[in-house]
This record gives sequence, structure tokens and C-alpha cells, in this order.
Amino acid sequence: MAHVSVRNVSRSFGAHKALDDVSIDFPDGGFYALLGPSGSGKTTLLRLIAGFDFPDEGQIAIDGDSVERVPVEKRRIGMMFQNYALFPNMSVRDNVGFGLSVRGEPRHKMAAEVQAALDLVQLGSLGERRPHQLSGGQRQRVALARAFVTRPRVLLLDEPLSALDKALRVDMQFELKRIQREIGITTIFVTHDQEEALTMSDRIGILRDGRLVQEGPPDETYERPGSAFAATFLGDANICEGIAIEGGIRLANGTEINIEKPVKGCTRCAIRPERIRIATSGAPIPAGDNRLHGTILRRVFAGNIITYFVDCSGLELKVLVQNDGSIQPYINDAVRLHWSKASTVPIVSD
Amino acid sequence: MAGQRRNEIGRAVPLLAPAYLWLTVAIFLPLSAMIFFSFMTGLPNTGKPWSFTLQNYAAFFQEDIYWRLLLSSLRLAAEVTFWCLIIGFPAAYALAKLLKGRMREAIFLLIILPFWSNGLVRIFSWAMVLREGGLLDTTLNAILPFKISIDLMYSYPAIVIGLVHSYVPYMVLTCYLTLQAIDDSLIEAARSLGASRWQTLRRIIVPLALPGVIAGAALIFVPVVGSFMEPRILGGRTGTFYGTVIEDQFVAVFNWPLGAALSFILLAVVLVVLALASPVLRRATS
Repeated sequence: MAHVSVRNVSRSFGAHKALDDVSIDFPDGGFYALLGPSGSGKTTLLRLIAGFDFPDEGQIAIDGDSVERVPVEKRRIGMMFQNYALFPNMSVRDNVGFGLSVRGEPRHKMAAEVQAALDLVQLGSLGERRPHQLSGGQRQRVALARAFVTRPRVLLLDEPLSALDKALRVDMQFELKRIQREIGITTIFVTHDQEEALTMSDRIGILRDGRLVQEGPPDETYERPGSAFAATFLGDANICEGIAIEGGIRLANGTEINIEKPVKGCTRCAIRPERIRIATSGAPIPAGDNRLHGTILRRVFAGNIITYFVDCSGLELKVLVQNDGSIQPYINDAVRLHWSKASTVPIVSD
Repeated sequence: MAGQRRNEIGRAVPLLAPAYLWLTVAIFLPLSAMIFFSFMTGLPNTGKPWSFTLQNYAAFFQEDIYWRLLLSSLRLAAEVTFWCLIIGFPAAYALAKLLKGRMREAIFLLIILPFWSNGLVRIFSWAMVLREGGLLDTTLNAILPFKISIDLMYSYPAIVIGLVHSYVPYMVLTCYLTLQAIDDSLIEAARSLGASRWQTLRRIIVPLALPGVIAGAALIFVPVVGSFMEPRILGGRTGTFYGTVIEDQFVAVFNWPLGAALSFILLAVVLVVLALASPVLRRATS
């Protein structure tokens, strides 16, 4: 268990700045998700923390020890790779025991620790199998056991679930989280899957073009996105742009949108599609809510959720509605939309 | 199912036929003739009477010169294979894992270059380098402050140098292919688990590259045991090996039956050596 800190780290590959002055504190025992699209620098950052690569500038410290020039094998980290990287020439047991055996740990002690690790990932009986005899989910468990059996200070996960199909991925999300909590290890997790980042982590850092654009606990990051990018990359958002007025913004079509905590001079706001409600005819709209009239353009039925694209005099809004059994509007229906001022988030940057 | 199989064979036959026809004409027929010769007392086309005999094979066991020469040829082949491995494996590793793009292509070309030149030309150019007053001798004496005399020509090391030069590309190519197939993340995984570069090499890279090493070793060992050109030109009087004796039977002594018999004994020995190596290969690749 350890606290990892990254200070003003930059890394360039030729003319391309993969990381540009990034500083992050990874809390002790926490589960931190580095989220970003491909090319955002999240994998570069993970490789710098692991020690596969070294920063051009800046400091990386594990538990206060400066490690940015320490080679990977001396950093005492555990890493899980996207393709699991199990050694095909070894049994599951030898794969898991590899890290202990290169440290010269005595054989009997090693066997017990390997067995305990395999039991923890629920593969206790498959020790003699070869990696190619395992399913994707089992390989992933072996890779995880191999990464934590050496009691590393930090566990680094590079998109570990992306090779699994959806049902298995959800199972493994819980499993990974359970094991992480059980051994209490500081974990840094790279993903481009926003849902994975939200459900698994204690903290999320969103990277874009080599810069950290937002950071915080999942709910806070989701509720108060600081930029248009953060709002649309982490979840979905309607971005409305207009001119700044007292207490909100005025759109080009003349509609005024009120913001609970307005920022002076802010010309844009984000509204989550699930926060917008379609008012049933005649029903009262709560006082103070933003309200718009519109016509339904398109409807996407996804079983539990129906997505509407509503045209409000030139402004197209996306609205998510729970399929709760009530009568739902259809294409070309005229509807009234409303949402609270608190659900309207001012956006100050791209 | 059976119909599908027949269909597969039907489609394969026209593709396989030229190769098998060629192999039959070019290898199987002459080889059969050689087996026939190896049991004869003399050649039928000389007009002398001939009969069948086992004497040609018996000669190998009666005179210890033959198996002594075979042993030294096996030793030569083992040494050449060893040096090819020592020189070729690191080069293959650098090509597969350290170099990328144009640089890799350029270096690759340099390694394959020996394949493009005539074998005899290569050997004679080595003769020019290795003899006293040759390139190596002159260069070293120009650099070193003291006088040394280097005359490797007509010696055992000269033969090894010439053979290693000719055969090292095989080792580089076979090792390159298996090394390139090793995912870089395996190496990174080993390092992240605390393995040093040396431990990673010994426990991950070498075991995974073993099929290539063994394939390269077989490709080198087999022809070197029977080699005669390099020993004769670079070895001079010291260059008498099993291969040169066989050559002599065909081109100098005109004892084709003995030459043929010695060739088949060599073939048998090589097959035994490969058979001994194959369990290692199977274990390494499983």
C-alpha cells in the first residue's frame, strides 16, 4: 500500500507531446481511474508510473521515494496488461509464482503464497493448466493473481477488461473491485470506458491531449463537469450555447436558461439527458424549473430506456426517459420539457 | 465429411504435384541410384565385372580412420553451430526487439548478404584475409605497437571462421522469426514482476525462442558435418574431414561405391542426432 504522486510530468515522442505537465495524487489504498480517449496520454502516464518509460520532466514518487529514474524491476509495482501477457511456456502456478521466484523466495513459502493468491481469484484448482487452456475470464484472474502476489506497492491495470465480452466484463468489474478492497492495494486503472471508470473507481482523472482536464470522485466529476469535453466524455450531455445574462444564458432563439450557480461571463451550460423531464399534459411544472416547448424528432427505444431527440425552436435536446409503463410520447408530438436549475451546469472551457 | 476431405485433397494435388515431381526426379532417383551403388563392388559403366557386396559399409567399421574423421566432423559441426548461436542469437534479438523500420531492414540486408554471393568467392576472400601478410595480419600490425604474426590460413580456426560466416544467417533468420513472435508485453510483464534483464532472457525469452534456436542449429549442423569445400580451401592439410573423404571418393579416387556408402552412414548418423534432438524440440514447443 502506498501513496503515488506525479508532479509536473511531461513526456514527448518526437514532436508529439504525449503528456504535458500532469500532476496527480493517487491516494493510499484508493482505486483511481485514468479515463480518456485513445491518444490522451493515459497509457503513457501508466507506463511512466510503472517504469517502462521515463519522464522528460517532472517527478514521480511512491510513498515519498522518488522513482522517476528507477527501472521497472526495482519499483515493486504489479502490472496487469491489456492482453494479460501470461507466459505461455509456464503453468498457471508458475506464472503466478514467477515474481516470487525471481526474488529467490524459498520454494515451500512460495507454493503457499501462490495457492493463497489463486484461491483469492477463485482458481485454486487450475494451477497445473497452461494459459492457452483457460477462458478469457480465467486468464484475467491469473494475470491479476500474478500481479498482486508479490505484494507490490501499487497495482497498475492497463484496460484489463477490454478483451472480455460484456456480461463477463460486468462480473469481472465486481470481482476486481472485491479483490482490490480485500487486499487494500493502491490501484491505478487505465480505461476509455466511462461506465467502467464510474462504477469501479474512488477517483477519476480525465485526460485529454496529454493534459489532466478534470479530477475528483466519480459522482462529483459526473455532476459538475468543468468542461464541455468532460461533460460529453464522462456520460452524455446537451451543451447549450448563447450569451451570458444575469443568472444564466440566453440562447440564439431567445430562450433563457437559468443556472443555480452561475459563473460570470459563462456562455455555455450542460444538461444531462436523464435530468430533462417530459411534462405530462396539464401536470404542473415545479416552480423555478427551466422550461421549453418542443417537438419530438426521433425516438430510440432501448428497452428500459427511451431516448428522445426534441427540437425546441432550433435547439435540439437529447432526453432520456425511463420506460416505466406510463404513456410515452411519439414522433411529432408536441411536448413540454423541464429541468431544475441545479441540473444546469455552467461550462467554462472546452 | 469424407467427401469434403476428398475435395481438399483434389484441390491440393495440382499444387503439390510440381514439387513432388521435382523432388522425385532430383532427389529420390539419384539417391536410389546411390543406395544401389553403395552395395556394389564397382561401377557397371566401367565395363569391369561387378557384384553386390557389403564391403563398402564394412570398411567404415574396419578402418578407424573413417569414424575418427566422422567424429572430428561432428565436433566441427558442433563448434560451428555453437559459434553461430553465440553470434546469431544476439543479432536476431537486436533485429527483432530493438530495431524498427528502415534501420531493421538495412541491418537485415547486411546479414542476408552472404546468401547472395557465391560460396567459393566467399571462401577465397576469407583466404585473402586470413593468410600471413593478408588483410587481418596487415591491419593488426598497422594498429598494434608490437609486431605479431597472424597466419590463420590452413588451420582449424580458419575452417571454423569460414563455416560460421557462411551459416550464421540461418541462425539469425530462424531465431529472428521466433523472437519476433514473442509479444513485447511478456517481456514487460516479467520486468514488472521484478525480473532483471538477465532473468527475463533466461526464463522467458530463451525458452520461447528455443524452437527457432533448434531449427537454426539443425539447419547448420547437418550441412556442416558433410562440408568439404571450406575444410579443403581454408584448412589445407589440416582440412581432412569426413566430407572431404567422401568428395575424394567421387572426384579423385573414383571409388563411387565407397563414397556412396560413407554418405549413407553420414545420413544415418545425422538422422540419429536429429532424432535425439527432437524430444527437446517437442518439449520446448509444447
